[in-house]
Amino acid sequence: MEHAASHHKHHHDDHHDQESLKTLGFWIFLVTDCILFGTLFATYVVLRTNTAGGPVGKEIFDVAGFVAETFILLTSSFTSGLAVLAMHKGKIKELITWLIVTALLGLAFIGLEINEFYHMVMEGATISTSAFLSAFFTLVGTHGLHVSFGLIWMIAIMIQLGRHGINPVTSRKVYNICLYWHFLDVVWIFLFTVVYLMGVM
Amino acid sequence: MWEKIKDFASTFFVTGDPLIYGADVAIVLTTFAIIFVLTYYKKWGWLWREWLTTVDHKKIGIMYLIASLLMLFRGGVDALLMRLQLALPEMHFLHSEHYNAIFTTHGTIMILFMAMPMMFALFNIVVPLQIGARDVAYPFLNALSFWLFFFGALLFNISFVIGGSPDSGWLAYPPLSELSHSPGVGQNFYIWGIQISGIGSLATGINFLVTILKMRAPGMKLMDMPMFTWSVLATCILIIFAFPILTVTLGLLFVDRFFGGHFFTMDGGGNPMMYVNLIWMWGHPEVYIVILPAFGIFSEIVSTFSRKKIFGYKSMVFAMMIISVLAFFTWVHHFFTMGAGADVNAFFAVTTMAIAIPTGVKVFNWLFTMFRGRIQLKQPMLWTLAFIPCFAVGGATGVMLAVAPADYQYHNSYFLIAHFHQVLIGGVVFGYLAGIYYWWPKMFGFKLDERLGKWGFWLWNIGFYVCFMPQYALGFMGMTRRVYTYGWDLGWAPLNFTSTVGAFLMGAGFVFQIWQIAYSIKHGERDRTGDPWNGRTLEWSIPSPAPHYNFAVIPQVKGPDAWWEMKKEMQQDGTKKKPVQLKPIHMPKNSGIPFIMSVFWFIAGFGFTFSWVWMAVFGLIGVGICLLARSFQYDTDYYIPVKEIERTEKALGRAV
Ligand code: HEM
Ligand SMILES: [Cu+2]
Repeated sequence: MEHAASHHKHHHDDHHDQESLKTLGFWIFLVTDCILFGTLFATYVVLRTNTAGGPVGKEIFDVAGFVAETFILLTSSFTSGLAVLAMHKGKIKELITWLIVTALLGLAFIGLEINEFYHMVMEGATISTSAFLSAFFTLVGTHGLHVSFGLIWMIAIMIQLGRHGINPVTSRKVYNICLYWHFLDVVWIFLFTVVYLMGVM
Repeated sequence: MWEKIKDFASTFFVTGDPLIYGADVAIVLTTFAIIFVLTYYKKWGWLWREWLTTVDHKKIGIMYLIASLLMLFRGGVDALLMRLQLALPEMHFLHSEHYNAIFTTHGTIMILFMAMPMMFALFNIVVPLQIGARDVAYPFLNALSFWLFFFGALLFNISFVIGGSPDSGWLAYPPLSELSHSPGVGQNFYIWGIQISGIGSLATGINFLVTILKMRAPGMKLMDMPMFTWSVLATCILIIFAFPILTVTLGLLFVDRFFGGHFFTMDGGGNPMMYVNLIWMWGHPEVYIVILPAFGIFSEIVSTFSRKKIFGYKSMVFAMMIISVLAFFTWVHHFFTMGAGADVNAFFAVTTMAIAIPTGVKVFNWLFTMFRGRIQLKQPMLWTLAFIPCFAVGGATGVMLAVAPADYQYHNSYFLIAHFHQVLIGGVVFGYLAGIYYWWPKMFGFKLDERLGKWGFWLWNIGFYVCFMPQYALGFMGMTRRVYTYGWDLGWAPLNFTSTVGAFLMGAGFVFQIWQIAYSIKHGERDRTGDPWNGRTLEWSIPSPAPHYNFAVIPQVKGPDAWWEMKKEMQQDGTKKKPVQLKPIHMPKNSGIPFIMSVFWFIAGFGFTFSWVWMAVFGLIGVGICLLARSFQYDTDYYIPVKEIERTEKALGRAV
């Protein structure tokens, strides 16, 4: 690694800046993820009234639960921003601490979501009850899977930070995971509005 | 116990058809032959080091090419089987279920496992060389894309002997593709085969977009880029916007089948027409994804073999961009008969017809480029010349189909079949073949034999018209697609028989091409100049085949047709290249992770297909571990020392 890094400086104009290249690719990946969620949202909107005699949103959405989820995820987005700020100041301890806080909040979010799903299923509102519920579980579940994936990735990055400190590679990774985290937050805002608020209204 | 095993085997393996048993034997024998050859010649290590772990875009391109030719063979055999069955009325060659499976696998394979990888082969082989780069933006991801495609295609193809093939059409419309109507595992093979290779395609889209935007040689502005590179750029944008829709659509179908969801079912509030909308929101852009690179190839070839720069460069670029946008607003023309209403149908009819305008602009630009050019009728140019009238007719019948009220008559008839084969064979296949002939010397260092190639060319072309012109007429006579047989009283026999003859002529053309490749490996004209066609773009400035690092020194570009201008300059100066200062070259290291990760995807896909959750989970965990392993890898590149570059360049006859 050291070796490659020192070479990196020598031959800077020989090859393009690898790290900014990767960040650009990550942005484009997020575009594709946007379309993925866009398609799921469209499906949900088309099917949300097709309850086929099953429960409607009002009957199964727990207001306290989804407000808490929203609050927690928004906060975690904020703390991930603090992590990036700490990174820019070169403070590795602070950086890792904020990442840990972010991850814990993310974990709490996932916990609440699993709890929500569990209760719905116990009440008999499952993915195979109606088209509405298929769309609901798929849309919200896909977001949840994204968050879970992000959690594992974040932990991996924390370990790498511990090993290598802050360098161009690790800071690119921190930057991208936080970008991802904000993105999931934005998606959640739409979920909150389109699924939950419009559902209980 | 024994009974249980026998029971399991009789459902696990496809049984009961002599054709399939024949195939079983062939597959087992080929596998053993390959294993034997590799072991006998001690080639396992070589295979692993040079191919399975490579991240070199040129080698990845060659692997894509080989795989796509194999798939062209498989899809072609499917086609010939169908044409045999339809050659005469009331044939008993294939029974109806078998026929359903074959038209499904034929369509899916030809678009997703033949056209797409052949396209990616050309992306990989050409784009970095054309823009003066040493590799793509993400070489590791590029290798991963290939292996995901490979194992996705493998998963799809084994359905032929294990479990049973999908049989609800190449786009798997529900409710036919739902558990209620397709309870077997075939449809799961379809979903997972496409899903796994689709992730790879999406990654390739991102990879080449960034490559083109960020890795061009210094001085090459966007408006200096070769036309093929432009077409790849347009295609990548289409891939990025269209493929996530496919991922979701198949994902939802999977949820229906695996978790009992109700997205597209007939009960529980599901809506099958939503699937049809979604799949065509991907599907129509998809047909433009495969045709745009063909347009790019034709532009390169027309310009090279007419010895002129391309006519109307800017209008070519704009035409492609307009096509890319319009491609997203025409999807409903595939189901005007859904009955969305006159206003909706009118909108989509107009957008569809509008696409013919930029396409026409391109055709005229090719014609004007040839006008007063010194045209050389080499193989790539032959295919290009054959393409122009063929595609013009295909486009015209497309406009006929786009007339919504008239489409109520044409829809799902043999008229439609003839239309899309005309644009897909006459456009996509001819285009990629032209590209393969054109860039073959760059890939392998020798040209493909002209004489055998001409046989192939004429057989394909005559065969094409003999096969598909009768189908337009059959459509008018009322023959619908996807019928496995018909009566004598309908009067369709002569035209169908003719069509089958044409199909076999094309098959013979393919055989000639394989013969041509085999013959040329031994006797083909070697290319020692690196510039066998007197080309205009940067790929022709380096030796054939290109060295591992492509360019010993990254070229400085001053405008379009960079290599042509450099050649002119060199002639004027009377000097050869000025001496240059070599520097160590930064290159990515090979990696086994893409291959291994794709094997795990295969395992996961297989598990999901058979609803063996333990296996699916095992596969997914493997995928996760591979991802983490890569994340923790920091030592991923190295430098080629100057000495080694000098040695390589000298061996290739280049003064440095
Ligand atoms: C000006 C150009 C084109 C026009 C106006 C056009 C129009 C149409 C229309 C209206 C249909 C639907 C007809 C029906 O289902 O009744 C159709 C089907 C189709 N077209 Fe085109 N098309 C054009 C070019 C292309 C190109 C370039 C390709 C591929 C490279 C292509 C591939 C297909 C395919 C695969 C189908 C039918 C697939 C299926 O139903 O399974 N078309 N076209
Ligand atoms: Cu279309």
